[in-house]
Amino acid sequence: MTQYILLFVSAAVVNNFVLTRFLGLCIFFGVSRKLNASIGMGMAVTCVMTLSSMLAWLVYNAVLVPLGLEFLRTLVFVLLIASFVQFLEMFIKKLAPALYSMWGIYLLLIATNCIVLFVPLLNADAGYGFTLAGFGMSAVNALGSGVGFALALILMSSIREKLDYADVPKPLQGMGIAFVVAGMLSLAFLGFSGMISV
Amino acid sequence: MLSNPIFFAIVIVIVLAAIGLVFGLVLAVANKKLKVETNPLIEEVEELLPKGQCGACGYAGCAAYAEAVVLNPDVAPNLCVPGKQEVADAVSQLTGKTAEKVEPHIAHVRCAGSCDKAKIDYTYTGVKDCGAANMLHYGPKACKYGCLGFGSCVSACNFGALSLGDNGLPAVDAKKCTGCGACEKACPKKLIKMQPTAAHVKVDCSSRDKGAAAKKNCVAACIGCGLCAKNCPYQAVRIQDNLAFVDAAICIEKCAEATCVGKCPTGAISALAGFETEKVLAKAN
Repeated sequence: MTQYILLFVSAAVVNNFVLTRFLGLCIFFGVSRKLNASIGMGMAVTCVMTLSSMLAWLVYNAVLVPLGLEFLRTLVFVLLIASFVQFLEMFIKKLAPALYSMWGIYLLLIATNCIVLFVPLLNADAGYGFTLAGFGMSAVNALGSGVGFALALILMSSIREKLDYADVPKPLQGMGIAFVVAGMLSLAFLGFSGMISV
Repeated sequence: MLSNPIFFAIVIVIVLAAIGLVFGLVLAVANKKLKVETNPLIEEVEELLPKGQCGACGYAGCAAYAEAVVLNPDVAPNLCVPGKQEVADAVSQLTGKTAEKVEPHIAHVRCAGSCDKAKIDYTYTGVKDCGAANMLHYGPKACKYGCLGFGSCVSACNFGALSLGDNGLPAVDAKKCTGCGACEKACPKKLIKMQPTAAHVKVDCSSRDKGAAAKKNCVAACIGCGLCAKNCPYQAVRIQDNLAFVDAAICIEKCAEATCVGKCPTGAISALAGFETEKVLAKAN
């Protein structure tokens, strides 16, 4: 159990996807303008990440490893994530229209994003095998990474909403100040490094 | 077995093709099973709407209203304010609903505290935005209900109907204003209101301060004296929180003389364009 908690905290905070590993930066800057949008995006990414890495774990361990084709994982995972997001979109549209009206626009943005691809690759490299523990570790790692991404996005959008009213020097207005803020957030998260080593 | 490179390449191709085929089949089945039927009428109605995406109908954009008006029998076909009667008629024809008449509305800025009339508490040098100025002690004006004059409503208008006048207050172009209410939402002081174009009089003040305080802050303020309410023969005017309110329905239906305009000691009630002010004033005197 301790192992899972440590992995979750490590994935969410210590090795935060955006602020420590610098992944998913395009959505991080694109969707962090409004707090509402960033909450929706954060939830959608967490959900897609967790489900798709569970599926990727299955495909990797049941198909690629027995055949000795581990080196094909990038290609297979890209295919898998793209189809899965497509499927999820249809599924939500049919069965939960309310959720679709909230998430629909974000889902297709996620389909081609690097952070969703990175979790299954990370899990494959960590060698989480074809056991229940391996499945659990994969899922917790993905969930933690998703929560970490949502946390970074919500922090950033809260700051940017306040920044709209700040007296920012003209050359730095808009994206410029957003980059500076992201850098400072990243510095702050550097403080977590070395706290946990998994 | 896999040491033969050609055989190995064939295995890779087969595995990838198999995985691709499985995903493809799942998606194809899902596409059939999970298909959501959409009503073609929704698109037709959406085509008719003006696409200002102003939200005056109460829905999040034109597409959302088109969907609601087609699918929900309780949604009226005349909610599109910028579209006026034309669109309401067309929408009701398509959806088979009967449209009531669209009451045309126009934006009304309920403040007359121009630069020379309203007292200023401090000089504001921040961002030229009403929302930002409002966060600093409710803006530079002494009257905390008054127009800040930084034009947030002007930039919110999709139809170019508002402009910032020399007196520091936004002016409404009656020809361009569609009454969509985008400015109403943009105003942090909530002092822009949509009112029927047929209305006769308007109250040019939003101050809920007591008479003496309101007068001290702005010479154009409504001091809540109640002369207008007392002199209205139809009880269309009432005083609430030291401010006069006009019931537009009674005013339009019954009033022809607008007695209230002449009675106001501070000039906070004025007649709307189209209603002949001079004649009214002459009669009142």
